[in-house]
Amino acid sequence: MERKWNKSSLMGWQFVALPSALILLFSFYPMFQSLLLSFQSGKGTVYHYVGIDNYIRLFSDPMFKQAVFNTLLYLIVQVPIMLLLGLVIAHLLNNPKLRFKGFYRTAIFLPCVTSLVSYAVLFKSIFAVDGILNKMLLSMHVIQEPIAWLMDPIWARVVIIAAITWRWTGYNMIFYLSAMQNIDPSIYEAASIDGASKTRQFFSITVPMLKPIILFTAIISTNGTLQLFDEVVNITKGGPGNATMTISQYIYNLSFVYTPNFGYAATVSYAIVVMVAVLALFQLKLGGEKR
Amino acid sequence: MKKLTTMVVHLFLIVASVISLFPFVWMLMGMTNSSSEILKGKFSFGSMLMENIHKLLDMTSLGAAFWNSAIIAIIGTVGTLLLSSMAGYGFEIYHSKSKSRLFGLLMLSMMMPFAAVMIPLFRMFSGMGLLNTPTAVILPTITTAFMIFFFLQNTKSFPRELLQAGRVDGLSEWRLFTRIYMPTMKPTYAAAAIITFMNYWNSFLWPLIALQTQDKKTLPLVVSSLASSYNPDYGIIMVAIVITTLPSVLIFFLLQKQFVQGMLGSVK
Repeated sequence: MERKWNKSSLMGWQFVALPSALILLFSFYPMFQSLLLSFQSGKGTVYHYVGIDNYIRLFSDPMFKQAVFNTLLYLIVQVPIMLLLGLVIAHLLNNPKLRFKGFYRTAIFLPCVTSLVSYAVLFKSIFAVDGILNKMLLSMHVIQEPIAWLMDPIWARVVIIAAITWRWTGYNMIFYLSAMQNIDPSIYEAASIDGASKTRQFFSITVPMLKPIILFTAIISTNGTLQLFDEVVNITKGGPGNATMTISQYIYNLSFVYTPNFGYAATVSYAIVVMVAVLALFQLKLGGEKR
Repeated sequence: MKKLTTMVVHLFLIVASVISLFPFVWMLMGMTNSSSEILKGKFSFGSMLMENIHKLLDMTSLGAAFWNSAIIAIIGTVGTLLLSSMAGYGFEIYHSKSKSRLFGLLMLSMMMPFAAVMIPLFRMFSGMGLLNTPTAVILPTITTAFMIFFFLQNTKSFPRELLQAGRVDGLSEWRLFTRIYMPTMKPTYAAAAIITFMNYWNSFLWPLIALQTQDKKTLPLVVSSLASSYNPDYGIIMVAIVITTLPSVLIFFLLQKQFVQGMLGSVK
């Protein structure tokens, strides 16, 4: 029996070899190439090693700093808002007595089916200076004159954050909702008998029970935000000035819009790699300690 | 008091639903209005639909773009399902120490930002002379660690006795996979298919780099280039957006359960 098992474990390679090779070829190999490239400089196909020059350049590059600032701003402001909103909506929808919850769930989830490009362009038209949103706000007397959403550095960032929140809140909500359905209802009943309010139950039962899934969504949202590209390119093109430009967009510009500089672009891309790794470790640590 | 709370809850959820649905209504209305009406915030249906459609078909090779998107999404999905399920099956059923080490290594690729691999990928495909082909768009994500993980997790609940029974019947290991595993795992394949199809259908950054000529572009690239032109015509852009969005919305409403399952992936 033992022998047969060994034989079959050897056979498994016919299933895993090709897919594994493809991931090594299209993820690990480019990752390694990128690392080598980050120590090189040049144009066209001629590249030579320049040591850590590119990395030194990073620290005195105002565009890079701006892109990192913007990306971190989106991360710090948008991710917590979205996760909290998703959590609250999931909590409300998890009430078995609530009417119309099928409708609410579908409506709030629907943004997830749109392509990033499509919804970004939709938002661009909604936030036009004479557009529908300004018109509505004016008619409700919320504002006295139209806001130039996409021309103002601060408002442009607000639009980006609003757009991402619109697209992804329902996605996170679905994760929370499915996790909440696994919580034993008798825990809530016991808490009610002990006199704990609904709000209290949310923070003392729901949130702690969902900690692993909140951690998971925090990590994937962080990962996604650090790689933000489609929305910014299609809503603001990174403008006004470079007020909304993200790191991914800067890498794209360095490689394909400005005079191509693949070496330096690779260096910038490793900044994302480091940020993704550091933040994931940080979040895992944070999530682990509190459990 | 209780009634008041319920009302506040409903009010909140209604506002959230209206905000979520508004852009969908907006795009359907926009399709029937002229560009200047859209930019002036006209919130009613107009009579420009046919004109917008005609202009869109004249200005762009939309049929080609739809075809390109479809080819990439369909071939990409079939390839991804086959390769990722093979790997998920292999890693779980033929478990061994060396394989689980390899699996752990592969999982690291989930943390690799695409921006960090896109330049070497671009040079790799340009070296192979494959730039500007659907192949270039399909290959880099034809197997993903995420999908392998998804199949592996779902294989855990696969009844292995079926394999044993098949072995007794003299099926080869490969046949066990195609004749027993694949049909049994249909729901998993459905969920994986939806999510993979959507990823290919909606992908933007890599096609933007890999596809250069107009006739090879996919729908998101067409929408993006229409919208970033000097004087964008939002009437026709809305038509293009509706065409791009329609397949995803249809899949969602027809296969809601599998759709959500695919999104949730292996988190349960």
